[in-house]
Amino acid sequence: MLTYIVRRILYSIPVLFFSTFLSFIFVAYAGNPLAQLRSNPRFSQQTVDNMTHQLHLDLPVVQRYFLWLQDVFTHKLGNSLYTGQALWPQITRTMGHTAQFIIISEVLALILGVSIGIYSAIRQYSVFDYLFTSISFLGFAMPTFWLALLLQITFTDIFLHYNVRIFYTSGLNSLPGGPAWSWDRMQHLALPIATLCIISFALYSRYMRASMLDVINSDYVRTARAKGVSEWRVIMRHVFRNALIPITTVAALNFGALLGGAIVTETVFSLDGIGFFFIQSLQTLDLYAVMAYLLITAIAVVVFNLIADIAYGFLDPRIRYD
Amino acid sequence: MTEASRPPQGPLAPSDDSLFPSAQGLEGENIAPNSVVGAVDDTHAAGLELKVRSQWSYARMRFFRHRLALIGLFGLVVIFGAGIFAGLISPYSYSEIDLNHIIQGPSLAHYFGTDALGRDQFTRVIWGIRTSMEVGVFVAVVSTFVGLVIGAVAGYYGGWLDNLLMRATDLVLTLPLLAILLTATALLGQGNQWRVSLILVFFFWTGIARVVRGIFLSLREKEYVEAAKASGAGDARLMFRHILPNTLGPIVVNATLAVGTAILVEAALSFLNFGIKPPTPSLGVLVSDAQANPNTPTGGIAWWLTIFPGLTIVVIVLCVNFVGDGLRDALDPTQRRMRA
Amino acid sequence: MPDPVLSIKDLVVEFKTEDGIVHAVDGVSYDLFPGETLGIVGESGSGKSVSTLALLGLIPTPPGRIVRGTAMFNGRDLLKLKKKELRRVRGNDVAMVFQDPMTSLNPVLTVGSQLGEAIKTHYRDEKDDAVKKRVIDLLKLVGVPNAETRYSQYPHEFSGGMRQRAMIAMAITNSPSLLIADEPTTALDVTIQAQVLEVMKRVQKETDAATILITHDLGIVAEMCERVLVMYAGHIVESGDVSTIFRSPRHPYTIGLMNSLPKLTEDEEWLEPITGAPPSLIDLPPGCPFHPRCFLARERCTQENPPLEPVDGGAGHASACHFSEELIGRKSKFSEEAVA
Repeated sequence: MLTYIVRRILYSIPVLFFSTFLSFIFVAYAGNPLAQLRSNPRFSQQTVDNMTHQLHLDLPVVQRYFLWLQDVFTHKLGNSLYTGQALWPQITRTMGHTAQFIIISEVLALILGVSIGIYSAIRQYSVFDYLFTSISFLGFAMPTFWLALLLQITFTDIFLHYNVRIFYTSGLNSLPGGPAWSWDRMQHLALPIATLCIISFALYSRYMRASMLDVINSDYVRTARAKGVSEWRVIMRHVFRNALIPITTVAALNFGALLGGAIVTETVFSLDGIGFFFIQSLQTLDLYAVMAYLLITAIAVVVFNLIADIAYGFLDPRIRYD
Repeated sequence: MTEASRPPQGPLAPSDDSLFPSAQGLEGENIAPNSVVGAVDDTHAAGLELKVRSQWSYARMRFFRHRLALIGLFGLVVIFGAGIFAGLISPYSYSEIDLNHIIQGPSLAHYFGTDALGRDQFTRVIWGIRTSMEVGVFVAVVSTFVGLVIGAVAGYYGGWLDNLLMRATDLVLTLPLLAILLTATALLGQGNQWRVSLILVFFFWTGIARVVRGIFLSLREKEYVEAAKASGAGDARLMFRHILPNTLGPIVVNATLAVGTAILVEAALSFLNFGIKPPTPSLGVLVSDAQANPNTPTGGIAWWLTIFPGLTIVVIVLCVNFVGDGLRDALDPTQRRMRA
Repeated sequence: MPDPVLSIKDLVVEFKTEDGIVHAVDGVSYDLFPGETLGIVGESGSGKSVSTLALLGLIPTPPGRIVRGTAMFNGRDLLKLKKKELRRVRGNDVAMVFQDPMTSLNPVLTVGSQLGEAIKTHYRDEKDDAVKKRVIDLLKLVGVPNAETRYSQYPHEFSGGMRQRAMIAMAITNSPSLLIADEPTTALDVTIQAQVLEVMKRVQKETDAATILITHDLGIVAEMCERVLVMYAGHIVESGDVSTIFRSPRHPYTIGLMNSLPKLTEDEEWLEPITGAPPSLIDLPPGCPFHPRCFLARERCTQENPPLEPVDGGAGHASACHFSEELIGRKSKFSEEAVA
């Protein structure tokens, strides 16, 4: 098991290397962030040239990549090309906020999705099953941004009409500090969490249901029944664990979508998260900031995949000895 | 046929020249049921054979039994029809400004209300449908084709080509799709519908390539392929005639569902202002515009500006998914009629 | 004649499918006596597996349905037992060994714990050490080498033959009085088959359980069974003890089955299959189910379903054929060979 984990970690390093390399080349070729400054009369040609040299924009791309890589380790992702300020503190702050609501959404979605998937499978074709199948279908068809807006509009409308604030619809906090701060934060994060949770839930409940049905009809479940094992134990001991195995893969693949969902949700709800940061960097073509985001998210995805792989190895003994 | 493989001649030889002799009883008499078949009713003879249906008619039968799929199909016909004939059915013109009726709710004159410039939302939504339709179908078709070719070649030939392909798709999978797409469109092709579509294709083909590759990989070793090879079939013939037909089912399902995904992704890109931009109509842009002026003059929220374009997207993708689900049921080769 | 362990009367099982009702088992009756090994032979679709799955209530009842019949075991009708009582019988008085050991064992649980489960389900108060010891003893009994280490291993670490031995061990843990083995060696290599059959013989001697051995392989029947039932399309078409049936079969289907086996002692140029194809169990022809393929078929066969009746004056040999007398005096293909 340990070798399995170590091997997975070692494998991720070249992947990270290549994806950042490709992204860098891509972003670097696509545009010169200083281009618009050239046409601006307030900046003399000399100043622009100096800036170009300072930011290494006159060097070949590959070399710039390695300089950037160096910056990543020595200067903690370097400085923003746009604001000139250090990127690292910005990244940590925004990543912290994003992590908060992503993790809660994912955990909630998994718990709800798995439980409802199990129950739907056991009570196949019941009203419960049809209801949640419909909800899943809706979840698949809804754009994340639209669901976020829907929730935002609904609760803003309630506030406007009844002067009651159930959940906040923008920002991270309304209180600067104090004892009610955490509760205030939760009130602000409730709608973003609900948005992401509903979208992920649709996926997990559907897959769990399908996986359960698949396993329930398998030969080894028949064997367990033939031994006289009670139906409850059959489900809990034999069906559940086997059915959970594909879900780890689904969750891993969904993580990328989750980060994308975070971008959109943060934009709608004006949250100071890394997705919002990314959008802003793109708008200003801030190469280093964009690269910082891509690097951090790539690492996050790799880490999450690793967790999923470990969970998979834990659930399924067959792959441990590969 | 060589001499040795011809049926034995003599008093016990069968009258026809078939490859296998008819069955012989214990004492060597002919026990083929010739005498009985004539006397037996046709319907009973039908009991003899399993009803042989061609695979396609069986699939078609399954699809039409799937009610949701039919509803989805009907919905798509209506909606895409509206998109195709946008010019004919829209009551107003797309950019027609009417400053006397700004930000009005749904009414008989304006089914979906009006925006800050008095433009009829219903019209704009219909034109948006057309764009979504074009993007969705284009991306699905082109990425399927590209993915099919690449996946087939990788799966069939294996080796370093296959490895390269798998690493490439892995790379695409490790990064969040939206982030990459945003980066790509921000830098390469904002605004233009076809550029955005091409960028989407560039990332969508990986999905279908994996599926096709998997099928080619597994079927490559199967006995009937080896048999065909032994009788001299070349690579191309093997790939096209023997393996490819097995991929058609998953490809069709995958392509159908890709239409929905493409529409959703394009909408998100446009909403964030990194995708299609005005003057090209797009449902995502409509929602984004709504954010610029969300309030009614009386202080309420102009909900219709956000809800209707988004709802349209939901309905389109729902219908696409229903149809895709129906196709999956119909074409899934593992689901056969049950035998006791 | 001691009382039968199992007495089945007029068992009818059907399945509801999209294409119609499948008559899987159509009026099956037989008795099983203590300590004897009964073979059930037939093609796929003959109903041989379904008839035994029904006894333990292992037929999924949304599509499946036990229409009528009784199965008396230890004075109770298995088919009428409540779920709770049936569960007490399963794995305890009646145990089953299934065909494919790879898929019949849970891949994520150790073999030891799965065997232990068979004990703990029925003897909840047993201490864990006692259970573990018993499991290891059982593994040794069936010939699994290194039983102590194997106890904590997973099914994928066992070979096919070992897995099947473990399955057999699992079935006999609680000394059932009835053991049902559904094609236990079909999924194994021929050499492993022999070993597993050896284990089964040994197990039978140890436990003295009445055994039902389902197979399509006449060779296994000859080696393992005392009596045999031949099934076709959900009916028993012939029954009797093995030596009699092999020496003088009295049903055209049985004759056809034996003829289709190649003889090892002589050269044969042509194999002799039974003409025609297995029937659709949805549209069974009226009268005898075998008549479309039968060399003896007459008008009467298309109208009346022949009942299973004793032939040759009893001695437990029965055949379901209107014209079984015409087969008297025929020597089967194997009549010169000594049958155990």
